[in-house]
Amino acid sequence: MDSIRKSVIKADHKIKVDGSAKYIADIKFKNSLYAKTLRSEKSKAVIKRIFIPELKDGYYVVEGKDVPGLNKVKIIQNDMPVFSDKEVNYIGEPILLVLGPDLEEVISILNDIKVEYEEGTPVFDMRDSTESFDKYEYEKGNIKDAIKKSIKVIEEEFYTGYQEQAYLETQGLVGDYEDDKVSVYGTMQCPYYVKGAVVQALGFEEDKVRIVQTTTGGGFGGKEDYPSLLGAQVAVAAYKAKKPVRLILDRAEDMAFTTKRHPALLKYKTLLNENNKIIGMDVDIILNGGAYATVSSVVLQRALLCAIGVYNIPNIRVKGRVVKTNTVPTGAFRGFGGPQSIFGIETHMAHIAKELGFTPLELKNKYFVKTGDDTCTGGKFTYDVKLEEMLEKAEEISDFSRKYKKYSSEQGIMRKGIGMSIFLHGCGFTGSGERDFIKAKVKLLKYESGVIEILASNTDMGQGLQTTFKKIVAKALDKNYQDIIYENPDTDRVPDSGPTVASRSIMVVGKLLERAALRLKENWVDGKEQIIEENYKHPDLIPWNITKFNGDAYPSYSWGINVVEVEINTVTAVTEVTGIYTVFDIGIPIDETIMEGQIQGGVIQGLGYGSCENMEYDKVGKVRQHSITDYIIPTAKDVVNIKNELVDNPCDLGPFGAKGAGELTLVGTAPAYANAIENALGVKVNRLPVTPEWIMEAIVNE
Amino acid sequence: MSNTITLKINNKTIATEESSAKRLLDFLREDLDITGPKEGCGEGECGACAVIIDKELINSCLVTIGSVQGKEIITVEGLKGTKQFGVLERCFAEAGAVQCGFCTPGMIMAAHALLSKIPRPTEDDVRNGISGNLCRCTGYNMIINAILMASKRGDGLW
Repeated sequence: MDSIRKSVIKADHKIKVDGSAKYIADIKFKNSLYAKTLRSEKSKAVIKRIFIPELKDGYYVVEGKDVPGLNKVKIIQNDMPVFSDKEVNYIGEPILLVLGPDLEEVISILNDIKVEYEEGTPVFDMRDSTESFDKYEYEKGNIKDAIKKSIKVIEEEFYTGYQEQAYLETQGLVGDYEDDKVSVYGTMQCPYYVKGAVVQALGFEEDKVRIVQTTTGGGFGGKEDYPSLLGAQVAVAAYKAKKPVRLILDRAEDMAFTTKRHPALLKYKTLLNENNKIIGMDVDIILNGGAYATVSSVVLQRALLCAIGVYNIPNIRVKGRVVKTNTVPTGAFRGFGGPQSIFGIETHMAHIAKELGFTPLELKNKYFVKTGDDTCTGGKFTYDVKLEEMLEKAEEISDFSRKYKKYSSEQGIMRKGIGMSIFLHGCGFTGSGERDFIKAKVKLLKYESGVIEILASNTDMGQGLQTTFKKIVAKALDKNYQDIIYENPDTDRVPDSGPTVASRSIMVVGKLLERAALRLKENWVDGKEQIIEENYKHPDLIPWNITKFNGDAYPSYSWGINVVEVEINTVTAVTEVTGIYTVFDIGIPIDETIMEGQIQGGVIQGLGYGSCENMEYDKVGKVRQHSITDYIIPTAKDVVNIKNELVDNPCDLGPFGAKGAGELTLVGTAPAYANAIENALGVKVNRLPVTPEWIMEAIVNE
Repeated sequence: MSNTITLKINNKTIATEESSAKRLLDFLREDLDITGPKEGCGEGECGACAVIIDKELINSCLVTIGSVQGKEIITVEGLKGTKQFGVLERCFAEAGAVQCGFCTPGMIMAAHALLSKIPRPTEDDVRNGISGNLCRCTGYNMIINAILMASKRGDGLW
């Protein structure tokens, strides 16, 4: 039998290549109505009146008063309305839907609806906001004592901008009402999140709501929280019209009004003693949460947990808040708070090194965490930390240290630079979420014929779960992965194995599937239908306490080193990426080609975050970038081949030794890119993205 | 005066009374249920709706049906079944070039259009050839490898 890591042809390959895979926009629902959203034009206002023209037969307006249950979207806090009928808090906030059989007529009605607002005073800048969705603080060692003992303080502030997921398939759901039951179909990461939101909005019994994922054209976190809003909307609309309702966002709406990565302000203060040794770090982070809470509290938790990166600093204080502003709500995006903090700590360490006369790597090397060390929050790095071995590989494939020294002293019009980032990502849901909230459950259904079906609620959005889940079950049962069935989840058929987020699917749900398959193997009876159910068991950890913000925030960690090499034309500021080298420890890959795909794609998304993906709001708080023309994501011409190595480090918490991998791959590219720019130009980078305009200014000011 | 427009799509001749201003993408997807071409942006930036019109790779969201009357239009559905598609399909599989799949039909058309013009492309040729097709999942390199592989393996086909 082949090793689990040996690549196979992906289970959904054929239908995706020949165009026969059905995404939600490809599916025709009989007698369906188009839906378009009327959105707020004000960033903060009370709605005084809505003027709706007389509607032709077959056309409907669906608004707050049509919501039979609670007019709030169930996410973490119940703060976001399904349809805003009293007040609006950002430009683009959905007020109502117009439905009808003819799209042009629907748009014409939408244009005829007038809303009378009474405007309030909005807050846009996260520094100006006095309202926090959440705040946390934790300490390790004795920071006050370290402040007293320090003889030198290095203090700086960083800014990171928005990032838009820019999945190629825009958000879209179809709601249907038949026989007292509402069904919602569409592109999503978390069918049971959508179900919870629909049940709450309709006030229906659980068994009167069904959610079905359709083939999903990318998610990257963007389809974690937002489909809960759209799901509640199409469910209410279908219930009112008693017909299928099709709500598919166009690119401009999706780009400007759906959730994105939180912009962040990160203040780092590092305390040094008389031997230039780092004795303490004091960190303060603000995230811009936009108008509603979404999943921001958990994003903030992860940002704070990553704030010190891969370093063991004896005394630390980390505090942060996610604030409310009258801008588009921010939410989940691959990395989930990690990319902001890792940019902060990695860049800050590079600047401290410069101040002390070291190379960044020389300084970082002195403070690496080691196996068995305490985490920042008093948990333990129980599993092997292989940073040294990873670093050796990174040097070997990139020739980093020699190039770094060489490029530091180069002059001339064309300047080369090389940068490195070293980082970690906690695997699975933050804190005690798996144990207290998710409580994942999976089933394996063995038919009389011996065919096995996986029943789980996790979704394939491109990351390959249809294949990797099958491989895990097949391997445990000594079968072929082609003989296992795993359909897009339908909540009427599958148990809640939790959301497809936080790099948890393989490690957490995959482990349940492995255990279920091993039990099935033990109890296998030929010719008989069998169902094996497996429930989440919490590993033996130092209990997480959210109030004190201490304990093991994650059961284990994945690790990465990224090296980015650039060449900058100092006359034009044109910056070309000439090399990318990566080393990752993700335990054991469940499929080498799928893992390579995660690395290639995640690293390039991280490169976009670091270089060209600029998004801002204007003076009325509206996102400026409404199209792929304005919001630039990397093209095939902007990237180079990535040379990657994996360091095996099997972890018994995951199936066949696998750990989380999907998010990790995005986290380190931006700081490595920033560090390469610094190496090339001798400047200090303090923001993301490092756009060509920023580089030009840096050159001019040099 | 007749308002009939005649189109040649995937080797079939199709006559329609639809408005000549209708976007080819909508005509394909809504009228013919040819859903391989996807709408990713609706403004010719992403390439998910790319089809081949008289041997040129063109974004079908930017073209009206009136403007392609009498021209030869091929979508991924029309390419399927050809030897060239077979090679591309296999190479995309082995190189791991498909993740979410939304850009894939457009990428296949871009690859076919490129190889039809340059049967033995360099890596740079391939990067240029698919530079109008955005992909958010793969970071492109595995797609580029797939196309280079197809060029070698499909020697003589293009």
